[in-house]
Amino acid sequence: MSLKSFLKAKLVSKELSQQLDKIDKPVGSLGYDPWGFNTDTNKIVLSLFSNIYHKYFRVETKGIENVPDSGPVLIIANHSGQLPIDGTLIGYALANRKKAPRLPRAMIERFFPTVPFLGNFLNQVGAVLGDPDNCAKMLENGEAIVAFPEGIRGSGKLYKDRYQLQRFGNGFVHLAMKHNTPIIPVGVVGCEETIPAFADIKPLAKLLGIPYVPVAFPFVLPAKVILNFGKPINFSNEDLTEEQVTRRVEKVKSSINDLIAKGLEEREGIFQ
Amino acid sequence: MSTKTKNTLKKTKKIKKTVLVTGAAGSLSQQIINRLRDTYQIVAVDFRKLTYHSDDIPSYKIDFNKRGFEDLFKRYDFDSVIHLGRISSSEETRMSRYNANVLGTQKLLDLSHKYGINNVIVLSTYHVYGASPYNPALIDEKAPLKAAELTMDLVDSVELENLANIYLWRYPDLNITILRPCNIVGPGVKNTMSRLLSSRFAPTLIGFSPIMQFIHIDDMADAITLAHKKRIRGVYNVAPSDWISYQDALKHCGCSEIPIPSIPPVLPKLITSVLDLKMFPSYLVNYFKYPVVINGKTFNDTFGFKAKRPLKEILRTYKEIKE
Repeated sequence: MSLKSFLKAKLVSKELSQQLDKIDKPVGSLGYDPWGFNTDTNKIVLSLFSNIYHKYFRVETKGIENVPDSGPVLIIANHSGQLPIDGTLIGYALANRKKAPRLPRAMIERFFPTVPFLGNFLNQVGAVLGDPDNCAKMLENGEAIVAFPEGIRGSGKLYKDRYQLQRFGNGFVHLAMKHNTPIIPVGVVGCEETIPAFADIKPLAKLLGIPYVPVAFPFVLPAKVILNFGKPINFSNEDLTEEQVTRRVEKVKSSINDLIAKGLEEREGIFQ
Repeated sequence: MSTKTKNTLKKTKKIKKTVLVTGAAGSLSQQIINRLRDTYQIVAVDFRKLTYHSDDIPSYKIDFNKRGFEDLFKRYDFDSVIHLGRISSSEETRMSRYNANVLGTQKLLDLSHKYGINNVIVLSTYHVYGASPYNPALIDEKAPLKAAELTMDLVDSVELENLANIYLWRYPDLNITILRPCNIVGPGVKNTMSRLLSSRFAPTLIGFSPIMQFIHIDDMADAITLAHKKRIRGVYNVAPSDWISYQDALKHCGCSEIPIPSIPPVLPKLITSVLDLKMFPSYLVNYFKYPVVINGKTFNDTFGFKAKRPLKEILRTYKEIKE
């Protein structure tokens, strides 16, 4: 018996397995899709993640029903916390949604595929390289996609800059318009405090070929996480200038800012 | 045999169209020849060695760049060319590969044009896309060919493609069909991937297990035969809609892993260069690190093709040969 089969037998409950089997995923005969998603790894990780989600980060979701039951959708959120914990929490929340669960694909920064173990692991649980071609093909397949238009500017920022949205890339609005896809803004509160970074050792990052090397706690703190899902934003497919597209991006950014403010207000304390 | 039967046979032989198959020493060519020999007169050539197929199939060992190659075009009235004679990146030196793959192909295409051939199949490889960490999945035919940018050892593969592409548009009458298959595997295949899957121990890069695609040699032979029959020019990926990670594929084939350190990136290249392994050449290291997943949909839709051999079965065959 392989390690994967052993872990699956030991860890994956029948209920979770049934819940995930409800979600239609176009995988090949050995459980992989072209982006590297693997059904068994995904089940094992979600089983392991259950306690982290419910007990460690005590995640609260609001407005998750705003995510459509099926069809293409772009879930756009603020990015923080050095590691892609935020994307994983959003993914878990949707996979565990009682009505019409979904397994969204998280778009990850371009440096992750170069990181040993992490790149493959993220692919196996559904994360995908943040490339417009990947995103377009998935939207054509009717997938839900989680993207962080701040990219590494958001995840690698220092603790002193927490909850200050960095520049958004415009790509997601272009894709939403082209593929007639609704955008669900999400405000993530709590992930900024999971791995607070106080400095970035840029020369070392350059030497290792990675975007940042944070001076941070060597462990993940149990900050309480609140995920606020906003109402769908629809943009018509028009021939716009880049400046007009940026205005649409700013509209999404502003709505994420409002959702972050709402989450910060709702939060009783960083660890409460 | 009566005189009447003899005459009929002679007549049938005469009306058979003639196909030039290059790379005749390879197992894929053998498969193609087996599929076409009843309906076509086959002429087999290879620049590596002389191979015997059967008494009715003339076979030649010939360098495409030598003048004698044209004599074949004068001697036989070729109707079509199936160009499988590409020296793979794990064979010969960079220079001899360039001479054979690029200059040899140019000669072949020039002669095909000169002698009015209107059906040319060129076998390329998915390697031309290059293994980059920024590759999207399901790469379409229109994607840039980045292999040459990543390693000089694949320049000839990319150049061969560029050349075939130029001829494809400059001489539409040639009806060139360029096929870019994923990893061709199966009995008799001696490329890098098949060697790895056949061995008991296979190198892996620590922390990397890219998604891969495999097509059985029989399916690939079917695809080439279909492309030859339908004569629709263009560039097409050929890959089944099934995927597996490299390390999982090794497990299915009963291979044990030999982990090679993967960072910093120069280290695996250095190790594989020093070891000089034919089945894990240093310039292909990135193909064992980053996925190059191609989209075979256009070929499937255009030619009505569907790979028949299941992935599980393909991999199981490799396991069985070890038992």
